[in-house]
Amino acid sequence: MTAFLQLDQVSKSFGAVTVAEDLSYGVQAGEALGVIGPNGAGKTSMFNLITGTLRPNSGKVWFDGQDVTGMNAAKRCRAGMARSFQVPQPFSGMTVFENAMIAATQAAGLSGQAAEKFCLEILEQTELLDRANTLAGGLTLLGRKRLELTRALCAKPKLLMLDEIAGGLTESECASLVKTIKDIHARGVTIIWIEHVVHALLAVVDRLIVIDFGMKIAEGEPKAIMQSPEVQEIYLGIEADA
Amino acid sequence: MKHLDFHVTRSSGATKIAALLGIIIILGLIAAPWWAGRADMRLLGELFLYLALASLWNLMAGYAGLVSVGQQAYVGFGGYMLFALTIFGGLHPVAAIGVAGVLGALIAVPVALLIFRLRGAYFAIGTWVIAEVFRLSFAQVSSLGGGSGSSLPVGIVKSLSASRSGREHLSYWLALGSALIVITAVYLFLRSRNGLALTAIRDNELAAGSLGIDIWRTKFVVYVVTAALTAMVGALIFLQKLRISPDAAFSVNDWTAFVIFIVVIGGIGTIEGPILGTLIFFLLRETLADLGTIYLMVLGVVAIVIMLKAPNGIWGLIRSKFDLELFPLSFRVKKSHSSKGA
Repeated sequence: MTAFLQLDQVSKSFGAVTVAEDLSYGVQAGEALGVIGPNGAGKTSMFNLITGTLRPNSGKVWFDGQDVTGMNAAKRCRAGMARSFQVPQPFSGMTVFENAMIAATQAAGLSGQAAEKFCLEILEQTELLDRANTLAGGLTLLGRKRLELTRALCAKPKLLMLDEIAGGLTESECASLVKTIKDIHARGVTIIWIEHVVHALLAVVDRLIVIDFGMKIAEGEPKAIMQSPEVQEIYLGIEADA
Repeated sequence: MKHLDFHVTRSSGATKIAALLGIIIILGLIAAPWWAGRADMRLLGELFLYLALASLWNLMAGYAGLVSVGQQAYVGFGGYMLFALTIFGGLHPVAAIGVAGVLGALIAVPVALLIFRLRGAYFAIGTWVIAEVFRLSFAQVSSLGGGSGSSLPVGIVKSLSASRSGREHLSYWLALGSALIVITAVYLFLRSRNGLALTAIRDNELAAGSLGIDIWRTKFVVYVVTAALTAMVGALIFLQKLRISPDAAFSVNDWTAFVIFIVVIGGIGTIEGPILGTLIFFLLRETLADLGTIYLMVLGVVAIVIMLKAPNGIWGLIRSKFDLELFPLSFRVKKSHSSKGA
């Protein structure tokens, strides 16, 4: 009955600021769900609530058949969740390869040569192999975004959560990133993707939800959602009767 | 670009040369009683003990981010345990050093549970308060001399070795051994899976937590192990001094301020940093000690200049200029030779 990932009436507020209010939805195994909403709508906070970086004031989070509400971020990661951060969070003093090794050894539980080979494979896939020995702190924006994706993939996730991974990239950079994400999805990895670059999102996701003021205001088939007057008004700022 | 064309290595030419030189230097140091004078050996022994303390503080502060200014709590605790265990427990001094380490770990567990609730500057102050509590507590123990302290009875000192030179050689080797054991342990730990986790925590706690690293547990283990080894070094320090008092045992200047100076000027968050820092500290001390107060002012100026000009310490400066590493910890991805023609 419960989905692969299920949010059950999750609420979170910091004093007067509500970042999630009665948030409920499910994601099926193998599905790719897109999340849109204006800045400050509570999308990243929702990610933090799912991954355990934040704990809800009320409500429950179910993942892969178990209640993970009381687990910390590390435990949830080892259970199969991996995320990218909107503002990249590299291990700046380590090389790109070492960043990948952290995920492979700590999250995916690999060791020795198996871990090294796996990291090289993922780095090839995310097109960072030629930067493997570069210190993560010295990467360009695209490099940092790709490193976020690399680390998440090296964790061998069942659920991959991407937070504005395409933001700030050029058209061609964005296109190659979309291709990489499509390949990952095709291998059966469940994806939740927060993105402002809507055309990139629509190229991958099966379903879309819209968040505003910490509430889910729409959910459904991507094209229909994007054309609904409700979304045009609240998300894009276009008057419904204009 | 294909991943099969690449392989991963951790050692380099520099690490192999460093290992070879390291072995030669260690053999030379083990043989010191046959080539060094009595005063030189005393100095070297003291240097090794500071090297051990600095390497431990670096592991805790430089990697786990636990900036403690209260490690004198464990130095003093270890010293007092040596006196108590040998005088009242009848233990051999060397056995007492080991037991002091175990007791240090045991006392560190409740202390960690208490101070881990504090963050940043509050944590630092908290550790200092704990050390003061230790000092005042031991000053109450009248059987160990109370506030004025006590000396190690002659019988216990003689149980180490009957002759004076025998004792001096033994305490030199114990000091050398403690530095080697601490540095080897830190190196092996950092090379392991848990060490990789600790290095990740050093760079970014938020990302580390999201990649399956249990931050609290990792820091807790580092704090307790550091406390145990610091207590053992403390026991050794006071086995050499043969006299203990609360003010000497729990001195924030001797066991924490100088240690922080060593790690910061050498290079925090690297194994090489504390080694280089210890050499610089002793060089400054031996050349300037006659100047009295001016010596401490020079130390202060050196610390300030290095913090401003090279925040990663002297080793940090060398490493970034020459991409040099003496202990093979980092991973290097290299093109495989066999695939060149393919």
